[in-house]
Parts: sequence; structure tokens; C-alpha cells
Amino acid sequence: MTADLRSLYEEVILDHNRNPRNFQYAPPGANHVAHGYNPLCGDEFTVSLRLENGVVTDIGFEGAGCAISTASASLMTEIVKGKTVEEARALFESVHGLLTSEGGAGPTGKLQALAGVREYPARVKCATLAWHTLQAALRKEQGTISTE
Amino acid sequence: MTTAAGRMHSAARADVLDVERVRADFPALHQTVHGQPLVYLDNAATTQKPRQVIEALDRYYRSDNANVHRGVHALSERATAAYEAAREKVREFLNAQSAQEIVFVRGTTEAINLVAQSWGRTNLRPDDEVVITETEHHSNIVPWQMLCGQTGAQLRVVPVEDNGVLSAERYAQILGRRTRLVAVAHCSNALGTINPVKRMISQAHEVGALVMVDGAQAVAHLSVDVRDLDCDFYAFSGHKLYGPTGIGVLYAKRALLQEMPPYQGGGEMVKHVSFDRTSYLDPPLRFEAGTPDIAGAIGLGAAIDYVDALGSEAIGRHERELLMQATAAISRIPGLRIIGTAPEKTGILSFVLDGVHAHDVGTILDMQGVAVRVGHHCAMPVMQRYGVPATARASFALYNTREEVDALVAGIYRAKEVFG
Ligand SMILES: Cc1ncc(COP(=O)(O)O)c(C=O)c1O
Repeated sequence: MTADLRSLYEEVILDHNRNPRNFQYAPPGANHVAHGYNPLCGDEFTVSLRLENGVVTDIGFEGAGCAISTASASLMTEIVKGKTVEEARALFESVHGLLTSEGGAGPTGKLQALAGVREYPARVKCATLAWHTLQAALRKEQGTISTE
Repeated sequence: MTTAAGRMHSAARADVLDVERVRADFPALHQTVHGQPLVYLDNAATTQKPRQVIEALDRYYRSDNANVHRGVHALSERATAAYEAAREKVREFLNAQSAQEIVFVRGTTEAINLVAQSWGRTNLRPDDEVVITETEHHSNIVPWQMLCGQTGAQLRVVPVEDNGVLSAERYAQILGRRTRLVAVAHCSNALGTINPVKRMISQAHEVGALVMVDGAQAVAHLSVDVRDLDCDFYAFSGHKLYGPTGIGVLYAKRALLQEMPPYQGGGEMVKHVSFDRTSYLDPPLRFEAGTPDIAGAIGLGAAIDYVDALGSEAIGRHERELLMQATAAISRIPGLRIIGTAPEKTGILSFVLDGVHAHDVGTILDMQGVAVRVGHHCAMPVMQRYGVPATARASFALYNTREEVDALVAGIYRAKEVFG
């Protein structure tokens, strides 16, 4: 694989695409659900979570998307589990900053794997789809959010 | 007499396309992308432009620029003459009877909306039926849905078989007393199928319905004769025919245009205006309110000259060869499924790859300089029909080469490797 391709398709991304975590899963007793859709490419996810005393105690996602959106969703569910609503929001902000080069320190750890996406403006929406959907779920908005 | 002259003209044309010479005419092809030579295979979305078209635009803006149909001065006369000469080129290109049957519009989308709003709103009643097909581009679906909402008419949809061929049986069943209009693509943009429009038109005429043909994906690849087809309306976009963006054509039979009310109101389309009453010009100007895309029309004329000089026979043969080469090569790729395998196709190859989303295929191809379209191709019902979220689509034009097909195939193998 050329260096350029590897910067986008990091091993972490490929792994989370091949074996998405918390995938095709809705937690028992999920009390916050949102549906996200990218009309440009047809990527579609439902994020379901159980919020207890302001903490995301369980989370999963269902749907279909490309490697970038699937891996991003998978990473998100792994990291958000056990976090408070405020912490989850802060993570969203830092991922957003990372992808849109709006600055900020950006997230640490595995989420850094998403950094390569910044060089592919057409793919940024793929990487943010699940995160926007999570935001909508936390706000308990009903219906579908769209990246357009 | 025009046909005899046309035949002599085509006999003089070379049967085989000299691709290297043709490529030299297209400046945009000669560049690198991500350090690789550009392999442009997104021609169904829009084609690159030959210098003959670019120079026609440049020449017009440098020396003839003026508004049309309204000046007595020299530049306005030159601009008007060039604009109307472009209309005549389109007439000849489609073999329409009269240049009055050629309306300049923004593109296929506007042409279809014009027919829906002008002809459709005047003529459709509740319970009339508009027939479209499952493989239409959104621009040949949504305007009819809007029209049905406005008039109470019903939309009927002809289904497509697994290989991308429209169901002839269902089409015959759906046509009936209530059918007022059939709107069908000459060639499908998502599947490449060349639809049997001539037969479909005569069947529709038997039940008294009119037919609108969406020729967006046809005109660059096969010769179109609206009189032979006997279609009532035909639409295409200049930018998919090596011409500029922003210009397109609606052909309509003269008797129909004569009866149709204006689509938009404004300058350039009126005979007389007072606050009590306004009378409209005859077609085609009745449908060209406001300053038209004069340069665009002139550029389209240059594009028509360009493809005419090469000949649709030679272009079609070249693109068919590329399609056959590509189809054979990618059919051998394990886990690859071609969506759209009709016997009669233009150079469009839609496919999905097991375990690799079309988006990722598109990005990996792009990294190797190969430009394809990925997504739903403005044909979401087609994606639903074939049960895929998206496809990758390579589409060929007169300037593509066998080596470029090889690059596409190598790129797909690379995508498999990355996701292996
Ligand atoms: C079959 C078909 N119809 C209509 C259109 C719309 O053309 P335009 O966007 O130029 O109006 C397209 C182009 O994408 C097409 O492929």
C-alpha cells in the first residue's frame, strides 16, 4: 500500500471496518436513539444508547456505510461507553476539530487514526456521521439527522 | 436531401478513431492527480472539453460578446447569428424538422421541468397517468412527482429486470387509456442500458400518449434521430457531450410547442407587453425568457461540430470496445458484481465489490489517478432495486484508451488488497 493510502486506511481503521465493535447491536433498555443519514453516499446508521444518571452505560450502532464511517462509528462506541454526556460532547468537539482542522488538541489514543481523513474533504462527512448521530441521540431528537 | 448529404459526409469520416490525436485536443486530460497520470472515467457525470469548444467560448467573449435578439449594432447581430447558428446545428444533430423545435435550456433537468410545468400542468387531469421507469435519474422522476401532486395525476413505474432491461411485458400492461405521457431515459446513467425507445414510443402512441425521452446519456454515444424515433420531446445536456455546462436542449414537436404556455416570464419571450395583456412570441423564443447562455449555446455548437467530425459510428465502436475489454477484465475479479448487464449498453460499468464499500473503492482509485463516480448516481430507486447502498461507476468517452481500462482494473485489485 502506498504511504498516502496508509495514512487514510490506517490499520486501526481497517480493523474496525473488518470487525466493527458494538455493531448491529442495540443495548437492552436503550433510551436514546437517533438515525443518521448521508444523502450524498447513502451511508446510514442508527445509534442507540442507554443513558443512566448522565452516563452512557451501553451503546451500539446498526446500519451500513463505508470503511471510514463504519470504523469511526465503531471507535466512537468503544470510547463513549462509560462516559458522561459532557465527556461525550467534548469528544465530539475534539473529533470535529481533528477532521476539519479547526484546531484544538484533537483526541488522543485510537481516535488519532481518523486524522488522515482530514486530507480527503469528500470523506470527512463519512467520518463525522456517527458522531453527529450520537449528538442527536444525546439531545434525544427524534427522526433522522442528515449530513447535508 | 440533408440525409444524402449527411451520408456523404459520414463516408468521408474515418471509421477508426485516432485516440492519440483526439486526446491531444483535450487539455484537462494531460495532468497528474496524486502523482499519477489522470485516468478520467467519470464521463457519464460530465465530459472533458476539447480545445475547439474552449476556443469557441474564448473567441465569443473576446470578439462577439453582446446580447441577442435585441440590438441593431454589429456585435449584437454577430452574437445573434452565432446563437441561431448553434440552434441550427442542434436541429441537424437531432435531425429535427425545424430549428423552431429546438429550445435552449440550462440542461436536461430544466428541459424536463419545462415540459412538466408547461405541457403537463395544462394537459393533465386527475386520474390521468404519467409512466416512468424504475431506472430513471432523479431528474426524470421528481418533476413528474411534483406535477402529479399539482394535478392529481398518478405516477406509474415500469420495473426493470435483473439484467437492467426494462420489463417489456409490464410496460405493455401499464400503458392504457389513462396514460397521457411516458418519460423514459434513452440510456440509463446507473446501468448503461440502451432502452428500446423507438418501440416504446410507438406503443405509447397507440394508446394516445406522448413520450418524453431523456437523452442525457445517449447523445454523446449514439446517433439520435428524433424524426425516426418519433418522440414528442427529447432532452439533453451540453456538458455530457463535450460542451459547456449551463446549456442544454429541449426538442419538442412544433405543434406541441405551439400550444404550450410559457414556462417562465420575462424579456425576450414576449411580443407585446402592457399592464392589461401580454402576448408571447412563437416558439422557441417563447420558452427562452431572459438573456440565454449565449456563449454556452455557441460552445455546444462547437461540441456538435467536434463529435460530428469524428462520427457517432466510430465513437460508438470505440466505446463499445472499451466496455467489452473492461467488462471481461473486471468480471474475472473475485467478489465483484456488475450491476447492469443488458445486452445493449453504452460505455457504463457499475459495480460493487464484496467487503469494500463503493466509497472506499472510489478513494483508492483516485489515489491512483483514476476518477470514477461512487454513490447512488442520482438514481436511488435503482440502488434499492439491486439491493446495494451505492456502486462505483466507470464510464467511457471517445478519448479513453485500453491502457486506461488496465489502470482501472489494476486499481480495483489494489482496493481488494488494501481491504484483503
Ligand atoms: C439520465 C440522466 N438524466 C438527466 C440528467 C440530468 O442532467 P443535468 O444535471 O445536466 O440537468 C443526467 C445527468 O446526471 C442523467 O444522467
